[in-house]
Amino acid sequence: MESLKVIQAMYTDDDVLMNAVKKVKAEKHHIEEIYTPFPVHGLDKAMGLAPTRIAIAAFMYGCVGLTVAILMMNFIMIEDWPQNIGGKPSFSYLENMPAFVPIMFELTVFFAAHLMVITFYLRSRMWPFKEAENPDPRTTDDHFCMQVAVSGNEGELKELLEGTGAVEVKLVDLAH
Amino acid sequence: MYTFSKKLKTFSLALMVIGLVGVIYSFSSSHKSFEQVEEILAHEADGHHGGGHDVATVEDASHDAHATDAHGAADAHGGDAHKKHVEHVQHQIANRPWSALYVAAFFFMMIALGVLAFYAIQFAAQAGWSPVLYRVMEGITAYVLPGAVIVLLIAIASGTIGHYNIFIWMDPDVVAHDKLIQGKAGWLNLVGFAVRGLIFIAGWSLYRHFARKFSIAQDNADDNRYFKKSFRISAAFLVFYIYTESMMSWDWIMSVDPHWFSTLFGWYVFASMFVSGITVIALITIYLKSKGYLEIVNDSHIHDLAKFMFGISVFWTYLWFSQFMLIWYSNIPEEVTYFVTRIEDYNLPFFGMVVMNFLFPLLLLMNSDYKRIPWFVVMAGIVILCGHYLDVFNMIMPATVGDRWFIGVPEISSILLFGGLFTYVVFTALTKAPLVVNRNPFIKESEQYHY
Repeated sequence: MESLKVIQAMYTDDDVLMNAVKKVKAEKHHIEEIYTPFPVHGLDKAMGLAPTRIAIAAFMYGCVGLTVAILMMNFIMIEDWPQNIGGKPSFSYLENMPAFVPIMFELTVFFAAHLMVITFYLRSRMWPFKEAENPDPRTTDDHFCMQVAVSGNEGELKELLEGTGAVEVKLVDLAH
Repeated sequence: MYTFSKKLKTFSLALMVIGLVGVIYSFSSSHKSFEQVEEILAHEADGHHGGGHDVATVEDASHDAHATDAHGAADAHGGDAHKKHVEHVQHQIANRPWSALYVAAFFFMMIALGVLAFYAIQFAAQAGWSPVLYRVMEGITAYVLPGAVIVLLIAIASGTIGHYNIFIWMDPDVVAHDKLIQGKAGWLNLVGFAVRGLIFIAGWSLYRHFARKFSIAQDNADDNRYFKKSFRISAAFLVFYIYTESMMSWDWIMSVDPHWFSTLFGWYVFASMFVSGITVIALITIYLKSKGYLEIVNDSHIHDLAKFMFGISVFWTYLWFSQFMLIWYSNIPEEVTYFVTRIEDYNLPFFGMVVMNFLFPLLLLMNSDYKRIPWFVVMAGIVILCGHYLDVFNMIMPATVGDRWFIGVPEISSILLFGGLFTYVVFTALTKAPLVVNRNPFIKESEQYHY
């Protein structure tokens, strides 16, 4: 395997981290990944990450749920066996629609919510028994870790990161 | 300080004048004689139904008492039923300008009252985003007092000057033959109606008066004493409001159909006024910002207002549907006539309003980016406001004019009249104080609000 060398800089404060990110971006270095113990507001913007499209996916899943509900009840209640149940008009879907709205609503929400969560798990590669990808256990507690790809002069990069207030800077070869 | 631009002032005065002319015209042309109504009916029977139409069966249930009378008379056959029917239609035609005026008056009053509730909630919840909008809200709530007094006056006038044109329970003749209304006379009587109305208006205006006073006093204070006072009266007002709003909706709206009742009606009317109120806050804020008066307001504030418009529109739909579906499902005759007349005679406004108040804002305001675009919010806001005007229209008109409804001169000129008055009162109130509160404890947070 090709060796992939990165520099990991550890920080103990999210403000310091944010400033470091801006500095590193300004110097045109590529930030591989940042590990934080909690969501840091504005970090995605500072890193220049593309906005998530999961809401769009959820909207489409909701539409699927609504369609499923309509087709299902139209088939069961109107087409397959249009019984007279307590005088409800089962001649057409529209005539009996108010009775179906609770199910239409719930299935829309059900599909939108669950499929969105599953999409999230798939896209962020999370599942039970998944091996944790954590460079340093401290990043789940009180440390922040910025991982910057090394290209060319690593001494200069190290110097830059040390100047941003990192408490620890080390060179790591990821391809073990 | 905001200055009421000459153009806008002229515009609002012009609206009032045009509206007033239209209202006077519609009142003067609504008094048809017996023969004229007969002629209209004969013409309609020829024109629309290809002749031979039995007039007695056209009888609708809009004024229940009248309908019952007419059906009783129909057994006797002939001239008597015809006379009843013509008189019934005559009454409906006479009701139309009254109802049109009442619907428009109520619609603009409800906007101001909805804003007042929203304002009180901002204080009680100690909201950090909205203080930059407080003065806009205070400007809009200036219309609560005149607006509510006008609504009450029209209601009472329809039963004293007019010929019981909105509320049939005010007609002693109807009550004398109606056991159901007699049973409700303990609540539905003119004195009680007027006294309750005055109590509601007094409570709302008192809160508005003191909230405004404390808000201006806080601008020049050197501690937060007035802010705390505002907080306390807002919490108290919200308790008062939720009771009186509910009772107001029984009195001012539900009692146009005195044979019908619904338990969630108060909430339903509340949702309608709340969403229209928030929409108007957004529209006026965007207007003032576009004129350069509210530079402090950023697109996150607009985004928040649009979120409220979206959320409360869905809440309104939830209540609309809950009321409709429960009555539709159980189909109890005494309840369901309410929706039968609406679906048969008001099909387009009744379902069109659901599209305007639900589907349209749902699809338009769901996207987070769209909620930050002023013209998008304005467009959605206009549709929401038209939808809620139709909502009030659908609550009042079927009971008063039945199938003789149309959105014509009486309705549009009433909207112009009260729209002009509303604009005039609100923008005059906006000139009375600086457009941004000065030392509200949350103003810094609000200025830097970012979503």
